[in-house]
Amino acid sequence: MKAVVWGCRGSLAAPGADTIRYGGNTSCIELGLAEGPPVVVDAGTGIRLLGLELASSEGPIHLCLTHLHMDHLEGLGFFVPLWQPERELHIWGPASPVDGLMERIARYLSPPLFPVELSDVPARLTFHDVPDGEFELGSARVRAEPVAHRGPTVGYRFEEAGTVLTYIPDHEPYLGVEPEEAEPAWISGFALAEGADLLMHDAQYFEHEYPNHVGWGHSSVAHAVSFGRTANVRKLVLFHHDPLHTDEQLDALGARARELWGEDGVPPELAREGTTLQVGATSRLTAS
Amino acid sequence: MVERTAQKSLPLILAREFASNVATPLTILDEEGTLVFFNEPAERLIGRTHAELGDLSEEEWRARFTTERLDGSPVAIDETPTAVALRHRRPAHETLVYTMLDGQRRTLSVTAIPMLERGQELAGVVVVFWEAGQG
Repeated sequence: MKAVVWGCRGSLAAPGADTIRYGGNTSCIELGLAEGPPVVVDAGTGIRLLGLELASSEGPIHLCLTHLHMDHLEGLGFFVPLWQPERELHIWGPASPVDGLMERIARYLSPPLFPVELSDVPARLTFHDVPDGEFELGSARVRAEPVAHRGPTVGYRFEEAGTVLTYIPDHEPYLGVEPEEAEPAWISGFALAEGADLLMHDAQYFEHEYPNHVGWGHSSVAHAVSFGRTANVRKLVLFHHDPLHTDEQLDALGARARELWGEDGVPPELAREGTTLQVGATSRLTAS
Repeated sequence: MVERTAQKSLPLILAREFASNVATPLTILDEEGTLVFFNEPAERLIGRTHAELGDLSEEEWRARFTTERLDGSPVAIDETPTAVALRHRRPAHETLVYTMLDGQRRTLSVTAIPMLERGQELAGVVVVFWEAGQG
């Protein structure tokens, strides 16, 4: 299994000279599975370029949304397969106690926020609330569970041939509790991440920034490292970079993560747009 | 095959963190009625700490607390606010006399609120205690 990072910026797209190395597009990754249709996770602005690549393919595409905040949805209207009449597009996302997934997505894909109604989209769309328990996408077994973030939000655990990729881009697992006091069974997202070969996890803030953002649904770098350590993941990749953080600041965030992680095991890295993560024993990150 | 950790549901996790950070006496039960947490203000009313007691199944905690109405009449097991919230998934409130684990008899106003998950399944119950006569 591999994951291609098409966007790893959080909150707001942040293109520019200061963000060129880590990238400015918002959340989107593409899973490379041994078998089955393409699986895309989140529809931030990174999905636009991916859509151009997938446009020449045929067959169904699965899009798994963690939640419907704009930085995870805003690229959907610019995803070329959405505008292909013969395309079958399955959209998975968290259930809400009030409206269905289609109705909630239609709030964005409709005037005045968007020029075209969702009902006018030519692709054949099917909306799925993520089920309790596991489901299959191609050769992967998938599990989605609610995680601590504002509004209905899930994280995903993809398992294929004994390797596990966990993706929790927006997550505040230590809201109101210190990491050293939290028992695993009582940590949001723990079961999704436990023993993963690769964990892509929110690390939006430096430790000194976090106190001003408690309850916003994101992690400090220290919280991300604690979560990865407690869940015994093989490799931690930090995700959802703050739009105000420059490449140099993100270099410092990565260095801080490696310092907190310590000497043993595989040191954490920051996700970079345009790179491919090989999920397995070594969980390599390579430029694609 | 590696056995994975049995994780609590997100509403239960968030309820416990909430209870840990307020001065209102609160207890948290899971969907099966097991008493999985009570906060420090509740410890003062219950007479023991959660660390001392650990988790208590519904059968266990029912056996440890005696409950009666203000006139001294007994309360049927299924009529306490907690039981109503668990069995019927609706909030319930009543003022009752409890004999606590330290032997103290306390008159408590009790409000039990079911927590329903997004699919409307019961995730657990939050129980608020207030000592009658307190401001």
